[in-house]
Amino acid sequence: MTITSVPQQAPTQNIAELGLRESATFDRATIADIQRAAATGVYDIRGWGAKRKVPHFDDLLFLGASMSRYPLEGYREKCDTDVVLGDRHASRPLHLQTPVTIAGMSFGALSANAKEALGRGASEVGTSTTTGDGGMTPEERGQSKHLVYQYLPSRYGMNPDDLRKADAIEIVLGQGAKPGGGGMLLGQKITERVAGMRTLPVGIDQRSASRHPDWTGPDDLEIKIGELREITDWKTPIYVKIGASRPYYDTALAVKSGADVVVVDGMQGGTAATQQVFIENVGIPTLAAIPQAVQALQELGVHRKVQLIVSGGIRTGADVAKAMALGADAVAIGTAALIALGDNDPRYAAEYSALGSAAGFYDDFQDGRDPAGITTQDPELASRLDPVAAGRRLANYLRVLTMEAQTIARACGKSHLHNLEPEDLVALTIEASAMARVPLAGTSWIPGAG
Amino acid sequence: MVTLTAPENIATDVPAADGPATTTVDLDASTVRELNQGIHDAVDGQAWTVTNPGGKHSMAVGITADIKVTIEGHAGYYAAGMHQKGDVTITGNAGVGLAENIMSGRVHVKGDASQSAAATGHGGLVVIDGNAGARCGISMKGVDIVVGGNIGHMSAFMAQAGRLVVCGDAGDALGDSIYEARIYVKGTVASLGADCVEKPLQAEHLAELTELLAAAGRTDNPADFKRYGSARNLYHFHVDNSTSY
Repeated sequence: MTITSVPQQAPTQNIAELGLRESATFDRATIADIQRAAATGVYDIRGWGAKRKVPHFDDLLFLGASMSRYPLEGYREKCDTDVVLGDRHASRPLHLQTPVTIAGMSFGALSANAKEALGRGASEVGTSTTTGDGGMTPEERGQSKHLVYQYLPSRYGMNPDDLRKADAIEIVLGQGAKPGGGGMLLGQKITERVAGMRTLPVGIDQRSASRHPDWTGPDDLEIKIGELREITDWKTPIYVKIGASRPYYDTALAVKSGADVVVVDGMQGGTAATQQVFIENVGIPTLAAIPQAVQALQELGVHRKVQLIVSGGIRTGADVAKAMALGADAVAIGTAALIALGDNDPRYAAEYSALGSAAGFYDDFQDGRDPAGITTQDPELASRLDPVAAGRRLANYLRVLTMEAQTIARACGKSHLHNLEPEDLVALTIEASAMARVPLAGTSWIPGAG
Repeated sequence: MVTLTAPENIATDVPAADGPATTTVDLDASTVRELNQGIHDAVDGQAWTVTNPGGKHSMAVGITADIKVTIEGHAGYYAAGMHQKGDVTITGNAGVGLAENIMSGRVHVKGDASQSAAATGHGGLVVIDGNAGARCGISMKGVDIVVGGNIGHMSAFMAQAGRLVVCGDAGDALGDSIYEARIYVKGTVASLGADCVEKPLQAEHLAELTELLAAAGRTDNPADFKRYGSARNLYHFHVDNSTSY
């Protein structure tokens, strides 16, 4: 979406002087949406995740140690960060050095250089990266020490040889940005290579299916997981990824179906291309999803045995620590990882402006004209991203996230990030308290509890 | 370990003079895991026979060696799934997702197949002597499918590449949102899906149809078929197409 809608005839500095009152219902972005729809007859498609404000990790605080809790020495005492994923049934689970993983993003949506950079950055800090729609590229397999292979409804580029090369398999049922929706990749990005990998004509608007073609429901999924285990000789962990809508039931059913790991993606989770109306109006916030998923795992007696990965709006080490305190075993980042690579970099301000956007606002990932060379298949633009340097930036960022989470964990007296617990948290708002199921700060009240 | 029931004492990696050595796996005595591990460890030229399959799921999946597998009876879900090499024959019926995502090789069902047969297949040949259920060839990406009988609704949905040959009738919404796959139907078509249209049957199509029918061991006359494919009107988002779906 562009921000060309800011009215030139009413500069911001004059709005108050003129006594203009903006409608809360029909604000300028909404008016621009209506005008754009009327002009084009097509809904707005964009990247990124939900931009609306929803209860989030910002609405939680850690209590820190006090008389009844002893802190660990901030720079001296050990606070472990490693995590084992997929040891429920798989003989080769992943052992990652940090619980911050890279979420699934496709070659096609991203340039080959961007995929390589993600692999480089993740591998440098001992974590995993994930393929996306369209299959596995040699660049990302070659640079990713731990690579998760997504198994999607479209099965674009699905190859059993790649399946066996993967360190884990992620069966994707949904995505936080669009639970219930399939993928799309517009023609600008369907280059010869992308089209070849997906067996599609060059330049068409690719629409991915929203349902898997050969199974429906949890009973079928159990059999499907059995097939994947048979093909990989029970070596490879199998994740099930759900878009957060009914995470209590979906998590329980994923466990019942035999998943080793459940991935829950909240509505702030990003996408490369989806209808804006979908992104902003379908699904629930990450904060609301975690306790429901954890409850399902606990009731089934598999919390920490079937690992939970949470994604959707993770930005800081505090977000990582909060997600883990609520019961996650690990988190995944997508949008933040792209920003670390160089997305929305102010040095491309003039080019963003020429596209009708601005650094910090650019979300037209579907358009293929990304000045930063990340969400594009244009050779000239893609060449702007140095995969080695970008990978290094991502590694730096992943280290910061990990160290920040450790800082908080030590302050709460925890010798491992996994020892963080809901009792370490309070909420700033009634909404966050009810969703996260932790008390409103300064009270013992959790709305809806008891 | 795989239970060898007959013939015993045959070295499975050395073809016999009159044909390949045959390893028989009795699924009343062995597990599917043992069967699949055995065929994953197999080498080119071997033959495997599965007895008492009992409709079990995921039999003979992920084959990468040039071997022949015969399942004597009915198979459950995903029989010969992700097949890459060699031949699999099922003498009975097959469940959901027969030969799903097949890459190469040949899978032959002598009975009927349930829904999503050869779903997303990238290559190879799937022959179903009987009928196939709904979504036959859904999202096919290069596989060739020959069905002796009828196929169910929503078959060849979003079919990208490959050929689907139906010697009987086709159900509703055939070829909905089809890309570049080719469909040949001898009997009636209940209805065509969005963007799927009948197309002329020209010499090149007759030639490939003749070849496909022969490969499937059929004697149908290619001239009796009609061809269907994409009108290519929905390849790009356009407001004027919004009522086409």
